Amino acid sequence: MPPRRLALTRGNVCLLFVGIAVVLVPFADLAVANANPWAALSKFAAGFLAPDFAAVSDLGRAVLLTLAFAVAGVALGGAAGFALALASRSRGVRGLATTLRSIHELFWALLLMQPFGPSALTGVLAIALPYAGIFAKVYGEMLEEADRRPADVLPKGTGAVSAFLYARLPLALAPMKVYGLYRVECGIRSSAVIGFVGLPTLGFELDSFFRQGEYGAVAAILLTYYLLIGTIRWWMRAKLLPLYFAAALAVLLSLGTVSPDWANVVRVFTVDIVPAPLRGADLFAPATWAALAAWLKIVLVDQAAPGLVATFVVTQLTLVVMGIVALGGFALLVRNVVGRIGARAGHVVLVVLRSTPEYMLAYLALQVLGPSMLPAVIALGLHNGAIIAHLLGREGERLSQTLRPDAPRGLDLYGYELVPRLFGPFLAYACYRWEIVMRESAIVGILGVATLGFFIDSAIAEIRLDRALVLIAVTVAATAAIDFVSRRIRAGLALGAFGGVAAQRFPAR
Amino acid sequence: MSAPIPSPPAAPVLAAFADERLGYGERVVFENLSLAVRAGERIALLGRSGSGKSTLISALYRRLADAGARVALVPQDHALVPQLSVFHNIYMGRLDRHGALYNALNLIRPFRRERAAVAPLAEELGLAPELMRPVERLSGGQRQRTAVGRAFFRGGDILLADEPVSAVDETQARRILESMAARFATLVLSLHAVDLALESADRIIGLKASRVVVDAPAKALTRGDLDGLYAG
Repeated sequence: MPPRRLALTRGNVCLLFVGIAVVLVPFADLAVANANPWAALSKFAAGFLAPDFAAVSDLGRAVLLTLAFAVAGVALGGAAGFALALASRSRGVRGLATTLRSIHELFWALLLMQPFGPSALTGVLAIALPYAGIFAKVYGEMLEEADRRPADVLPKGTGAVSAFLYARLPLALAPMKVYGLYRVECGIRSSAVIGFVGLPTLGFELDSFFRQGEYGAVAAILLTYYLLIGTIRWWMRAKLLPLYFAAALAVLLSLGTVSPDWANVVRVFTVDIVPAPLRGADLFAPATWAALAAWLKIVLVDQAAPGLVATFVVTQLTLVVMGIVALGGFALLVRNVVGRIGARAGHVVLVVLRSTPEYMLAYLALQVLGPSMLPAVIALGLHNGAIIAHLLGREGERLSQTLRPDAPRGLDLYGYELVPRLFGPFLAYACYRWEIVMRESAIVGILGVATLGFFIDSAIAEIRLDRALVLIAVTVAATAAIDFVSRRIRAGLALGAFGGVAAQRFPAR
Repeated sequence: MSAPIPSPPAAPVLAAFADERLGYGERVVFENLSLAVRAGERIALLGRSGSGKSTLISALYRRLADAGARVALVPQDHALVPQLSVFHNIYMGRLDRHGALYNALNLIRPFRRERAAVAPLAEELGLAPELMRPVERLSGGQRQRTAVGRAFFRGGDILLADEPVSAVDETQARRILESMAARFATLVLSLHAVDLALESADRIIGLKASRVVVDAPAKALTRGDLDGLYAG
């Protein structure tokens, strides 16, 4: 008898993920580090009952700058990404775009802060650089997917530029516009979040008032943020974008043109990024190479390795929480399961969870529970779970309207009709978000959890950019590895096609 | 069934297939096709859908275009750009005549002389009121006439058209076919209506299951002779 091979089935994949999480629990720091989390939570809640808008004297300025960084950053990133998309046949250009987008905007902000300080340039570039990489990929795909027939029948001898303008671009322009607008919305979230590392946006205000324990002000800032995101569909119009862009430039220029210290800029890019033992060293001296080995040991063994393990632990535990939230949460959106009023309430809860940036949510959880992996896992699990629940709930609501008239309702409908039908899509979304969760787990290290972001943040704080770059490269490689495995699983379970590219491009909608 | 080639023997051969395999990628449509198109011929291709008409037209187009012939094409799926106006789609027939800058400016704001050049064509094809509307907002018949307009604007010696009048009424179809005959010296049209083919072509090629089963002067054929193409 041939040995039984563990088949790649949906059930087995789930069991595998839960099993990995169970094995990792002993290695996870899940302590409630805060001596009295209930006190923190009640103070927080009290703040929400009496939000203090007057306390935040700079609220208007913070809102303006948040919007200005977002609009200018996305516009610049969109233009650069479009240019990269045109050249996406070149392997080098594709590599550049992949590198740009695989470094999170918070890491970009930390890196750019070194030469440029907390300036307009840092804020705009921190958004524009990763977004250019994302735009390059998505716009490239949109141009690629457009109908090729009009281009095929063009007269022989038509120039490449004319062919592109007439027979390629018009076919992809509409989805490109929609995607660009969606990205502005993402840009506002990114812009708020880069405030946590020192740029003058809403995140910065939130952090300062938390430190001072002024919860009324914290509540005011959060409510302002939700107001901004919640009303976006009324004021974010393609036609108004040029106007917003002009306004954003005006706001950014009003910050004053403090010219960066160029000597510092040059030093950062020529000296600081070279591994310390190699700077000005004699490359033929054995001592140089011994020093490099010691340097590598510190970076890879003492920092990257534990950071990677912690990142993996947070990622895998988050995936299980995310799965539970997603599978349980989508029921809250289906009227025939929880009733009309229940569905409305569920909608509000899930909207708040998925429109709060994961980093901000982790920050809030950390304030309540104290620094450990626990708040990170809870925050990332809730945020990503809510996003999947939203997608599944939308599909579940649609399905529940098309079922036979005598279909069950309530929990029976959920268990017998919806979960079996939506389990495949659930796994597809979960696999797709695996890589995203990994990226986010690395990032929340900046908050003090010992994942890769913690070591990157410390290296930059010590002005050891050489180490920071190696650690960022490790993060990028780890994310790429997860992406590879996730693709293999999706292909093996034949999950890839579900939901289509559109659902993946607009995950939060 | 075979018949003497109808055009005067002096007319030069524009494109010929000698015992050739034709198809898309892996899929072979014609096992061994032998066929010649001579200058000045007006050929109608008849046959049920799937009989190989479109394959033959695309193969002819590729061969003629590669040989540098002045050839215009109306593909079956029209291959229009839905987001662009009727004017711009028709103008695309001459994209090769201008540089990138001229074409780009004309895209943003049509030049008066290009509008003046396209206007009579649009008038003739009954598209004048729709000239600046995006093609995606037009009816099937209007789109088909836009594709015909693009081929007319392109001009040349030879027109290859795949079902160019399938979505317009019979009166209009006759007018368009006459206009094609007046504009191009050589025509190869696939048609769905046998009567139209018999009146407008001088040579009929009938295809059935990827084989040429009829190839004769239109004068020598009656409707009844062609029923076999659609039977069985």
